[in-house]
Amino acid sequence: MLLQTAVSVASQIHPLSGTLAEWVWLLPALPLAGFVINGLLSLSGAHFGPSDPTAAGHHPHSEGGADASAISHSENAGASGDDHHVVKRHRWAGVVSIVGPGVLILSFLLALGIWQAMAAAHPEAPFIQRWFSWMPVGDLQIDAAIQLDQLSMVMILVITGVGALIHIFSVGYMREDPGYPRYFSYLNLFVFFMLMLVLGANYPVLFVGWEGVGLCSYLLIGFWFNDKANADAGKKAFIVNRIGDFGLLVAMFLLFANIGVLDFIGVNAKAGELMTGGPLVTTICLFMFLGCTGKSAQIPLYIWLPDAMAGPTPVSALIHAATMVTAGVYLIARSAVLFSLSPVASLTVAVVGAVTAIFAATIGLKQWDIKKVLAYSTISQLGYMFVGVGVGAYVSGMFHLVTHAFFKALLFLGSGSVIHAMHTAYHHTHSGEDAQDMRNMGGLKRYLPVTCVLMWIATLAISGIPPFSGFFSKDEILGSVFARAHGSTLASATWLGIPGSTLLYIIYGIGLAAAFLTAIYMTRMMLYTFHGPSRTGAEEEKSLHEAPWVMTGPLVVLGILTAVGGWLNLPEVATDILPIGPTQVLEHWLDPVVGGATTRITAGASHVPATTEELLIGVAVLIAVSGIVLAFARLKPDRLPRKRDAVAETGFEGVVANKYYVDEAIDRTIVTPTYAVSRNFLWRFIDAGLIDGLLVNGSAALARGFGWMGSRLQTGNVGIYAWVLVVGVLAMLGAFTLR
Amino acid sequence: MTGFLDSIGYNDWVLPGLMLIPLIGAAVMMILPVRAPTDTAVGVETPAARQVAFWIFMLEFVVSLGLWWSFNPAVTGWQAPIDIGWIPTWGVRFTLGIDGIALMMVLLTTFIMPLSVLGSWTSIRTKTRSYYALLLILTTGMLGVFLARDLFLFYVMWEVMLVPMYFIIGIWGGERRIYASIKFFIYTMLPSLLMLVAIIYLGLHARTAGGTPDFSYDRLLAVGSGLPERTALWLFSAFFLAFAVKVPMFPFHTWLPDAHVEAPTAGSVILAGIMLKMGTFGFLRFALPLFPGAAMNPTVRMIILVLAVIGIIYGALVAMVQPDFKKLVAYSSVSHLGFVMLGIFALTLQSVQGALMIMINHGISTGALFLLVGIIYERKHSRLIEAYGGIARVMPMFAAILTFVSLSSIGLPGTNGFVGEFLVLIGAFRTYPVLAIISTTGVIFAAAYLLWAIQRILFNPLKPENATMTDLSKRELALMAPLIAAIIWLGIYPAPVLRRMETSAQQLVNRVESGSSIPRVTEAGR
Repeated sequence: MLLQTAVSVASQIHPLSGTLAEWVWLLPALPLAGFVINGLLSLSGAHFGPSDPTAAGHHPHSEGGADASAISHSENAGASGDDHHVVKRHRWAGVVSIVGPGVLILSFLLALGIWQAMAAAHPEAPFIQRWFSWMPVGDLQIDAAIQLDQLSMVMILVITGVGALIHIFSVGYMREDPGYPRYFSYLNLFVFFMLMLVLGANYPVLFVGWEGVGLCSYLLIGFWFNDKANADAGKKAFIVNRIGDFGLLVAMFLLFANIGVLDFIGVNAKAGELMTGGPLVTTICLFMFLGCTGKSAQIPLYIWLPDAMAGPTPVSALIHAATMVTAGVYLIARSAVLFSLSPVASLTVAVVGAVTAIFAATIGLKQWDIKKVLAYSTISQLGYMFVGVGVGAYVSGMFHLVTHAFFKALLFLGSGSVIHAMHTAYHHTHSGEDAQDMRNMGGLKRYLPVTCVLMWIATLAISGIPPFSGFFSKDEILGSVFARAHGSTLASATWLGIPGSTLLYIIYGIGLAAAFLTAIYMTRMMLYTFHGPSRTGAEEEKSLHEAPWVMTGPLVVLGILTAVGGWLNLPEVATDILPIGPTQVLEHWLDPVVGGATTRITAGASHVPATTEELLIGVAVLIAVSGIVLAFARLKPDRLPRKRDAVAETGFEGVVANKYYVDEAIDRTIVTPTYAVSRNFLWRFIDAGLIDGLLVNGSAALARGFGWMGSRLQTGNVGIYAWVLVVGVLAMLGAFTLR
Repeated sequence: MTGFLDSIGYNDWVLPGLMLIPLIGAAVMMILPVRAPTDTAVGVETPAARQVAFWIFMLEFVVSLGLWWSFNPAVTGWQAPIDIGWIPTWGVRFTLGIDGIALMMVLLTTFIMPLSVLGSWTSIRTKTRSYYALLLILTTGMLGVFLARDLFLFYVMWEVMLVPMYFIIGIWGGERRIYASIKFFIYTMLPSLLMLVAIIYLGLHARTAGGTPDFSYDRLLAVGSGLPERTALWLFSAFFLAFAVKVPMFPFHTWLPDAHVEAPTAGSVILAGIMLKMGTFGFLRFALPLFPGAAMNPTVRMIILVLAVIGIIYGALVAMVQPDFKKLVAYSSVSHLGFVMLGIFALTLQSVQGALMIMINHGISTGALFLLVGIIYERKHSRLIEAYGGIARVMPMFAAILTFVSLSSIGLPGTNGFVGEFLVLIGAFRTYPVLAIISTTGVIFAAAYLLWAIQRILFNPLKPENATMTDLSKRELALMAPLIAAIIWLGIYPAPVLRRMETSAQQLVNRVESGSSIPRVTEAGR
């Protein structure tokens, strides 16, 4: 019924028409313009710049060269340590530094204005802006159209806000890179596609953004493309994502074949035609979720994200932590109506999320590369978000998405500032040491005090220590799981024979366990990086220093957001303890979009009693604190050997350190056999051997053979002709007489 | 625009005009005086020939462009028709006409041809007059195939195409050009002869009271649907073989990699860009409407669909392991054309429209890929992927364009490739969901083979011997610019193209559905 109203309201004059929301098209248009400008500057610099190819081979700062800048060197362990202290920036670096972050800042300011307008108007239905007809074919009518509602507004603010901060940070981080304009053009293009993803008014337009961000991810992971490992990582990300995209495509086909529409308003209105809980809606949701596992790095398609750390660190912060990888969470929230119709699919999402959360957390315990720790942490936290949207707590999932964007962007940028310092130090001494390995760090708090404090705030937030943002959002997810086990359509469903309520309790337990591990691995990372004695090297220590303000500034802003982000959606129970502000702001904000779907899943069941809720919060905090304490008690940063002195771990620890050998297993069972079969069987045997060799050239050879035999008979020797004649006559006579 | 076109009587002369202009051009080519190359090392013989050819093709393109406006998308049936007697005793007439499908194929042809001249600019150095004359004659043949409304005329044009391409591969081709050109000729000629028999049978079957055969398409449409089932099946098989080889469908595709690899750049561009569409066009224009009962026979239809799906996956997997980039693109064509066949035989409006879009897109994207291969081949004289590596560093502009075209080829949304594949798959899903899902995995393999290839060409460490490769020249940039524009335009705003083809596509679907006993596809969601 709610949906019916939504449709009828849409046909009337929308409360947002005539407001600043009319300018919503400008949000993606600005970064697109930035992409075009920076892209052209990049190519023009390449074309008209010095193009002495011999110099390109030896001097890392030549135009178009990309693998050996000051920063890239640090992330290309093993690259040669050329003497290049003289900094030569790209000729257009000045313009790019204004255009690149500038378009993002403008977009963010516009987004703030639109948010104001929306807060004033309280629209119940999305504001649709139809540009033109994209694919009109008979009863398939796909428009190039965008829609603005409360859900996309949240995403827009995160993308442009956090995006702008990361763009500013990049000005410092990528300063000396010869591919500076190319970097910003890709980053701008990414923001354009990400905004299309969250603004699209139908699945195909969303899909444009969906694959577009994947493209930018590919380009940025392989940004320093002359290193094979980087190019490999980019390609892997794209192909694994395409497996997910296959799922999303099939989901679209199923939707169109069964309800004939692909726009969100239409799908929401007609979703009821897909029988509740029936196999059809479950199939649609599961295919859609396959898409989410690709983009959001969940089991089984998470394997690309750790490799994606090959890209520049701000890219990891923006794309592989704050925005793109959360697209799957957004997609499920966007399709909440569908998922709420299928308890089985919803439970699948929650189970996969929970298993991923704990699985990735265990790997995070054993990583030495600071970015790899954060990568597995991201996979794990995304798992939490999927637990949230899986149990129909769409608001909690989105809440964690927002807070995670703050604290994980902070952690990644902080690690960027660490790597920046480490790299500069090793660069000065021409050392080939690994600037990202925590075994080469230690004691960095003396040199990077600002970064250290800010990263500790983020660590407390991700571990779930109050009053930092992550505490509220994570707790809300866990609380929702617990509450759903008591009364909801999920609790009464069965999943692979397991009763829903039992499953939800298991998920809750896994969630707590993962929170415990999170506290441990994050504390471990902080201890090894910032505390204890320095393992960097005596000579190198002299050049360790805090990053410039253009990098620390964004860190400070993110630090503030990380600290106070929880105020976005304070739980009711918080005001019982301390009246600190309005509660459930985000919940009310998102209600027009996901409220109906949430109600369908909770089936009207109320929250757990306040005392139980307080108890749950207490347990969660206790677990987080004990994780941190345990890490402090057991880990000994002062006894840690440097990377070059380290011995490989053995036994189960070794298995975990090697990420359970999943990549190796996939390589041996899928990748290598596919290539081998394609090369040796399909190409060499079927194509070249059977079809072309035997059939095509074989028939030609046969024809030639007959021709040859015929020509042999034509010898011109009359004696032989006479012989053949005689034999023939005798044979005929014989045949007649013996008959 | 339409007012201006009417005032010059555009519709009355445009179709024969388009076929005549290249022939006149070929004649002009022959009267050009031969000039020896000024510089024997890199010089081009008779450089005026390429100039003349380019401007004639530009004229051809401009003339054909009027069709975009003069064509009325709402009208069913032939537009700008021409009907002249030709061989009265055999009942053969010179009849031309255009519908939405032919319209886009004609425009694709006239769009690709000037670009293929630019692609030959410096790579064709000997016997240039003959080369460009053959390109011009080839154009007449190709346009004739798209425009013919008489099956005999169609057949003549079908064979006219074959001869110039045979010479283009055989004279200006690579090392194994003789093998490739003979293989190409015999491979495509044999089944064409079977088709000729079928055409003659049809013509005789439709003969008038006076005993004169009738080869007119519109008349044979009526005759074809009245044939006994077995006869129709035999005739369909003859057409099927001729077209399936041309497409090429798995397992009739092995002429293609050889022809592509050995042909000069422009030969590959035309072969992939236009001539492969002759096969799928043949299905749309002849094989399906003439014999709807046979084509939609459940067994026949299933065999063809399964072959199409095999082609999609098989083509992609074999493309993945090719060491030669031209061969890789050739096998990728097998995969793309598999999508087209799937779309045609799934027979929904969306899938047929999607198939038509892929036909256009493949012409643009694969044509562009071959031109790009040609560009680096001219610099390094190797088609092997492993000969390159890291050249994005010295050829950033080339790298940007190759990446972009590859993305279009693997169907990235926002480029033309997506529109075609999406429409084919979403349409095919309505009639053959399982086959559509299997085919959708093709998008994964496509990413695998092309991204792996461009990684090994553009990325990875720069090989020292490639450090001196130069980026695109102005001519090469001008050559790629229209293709890039087309890729973006058709990806973002394909609606005008889809609108122009919709009536014809719908007419085809209706005709085949009513001529056979298959159930109609009802509106989605009903």
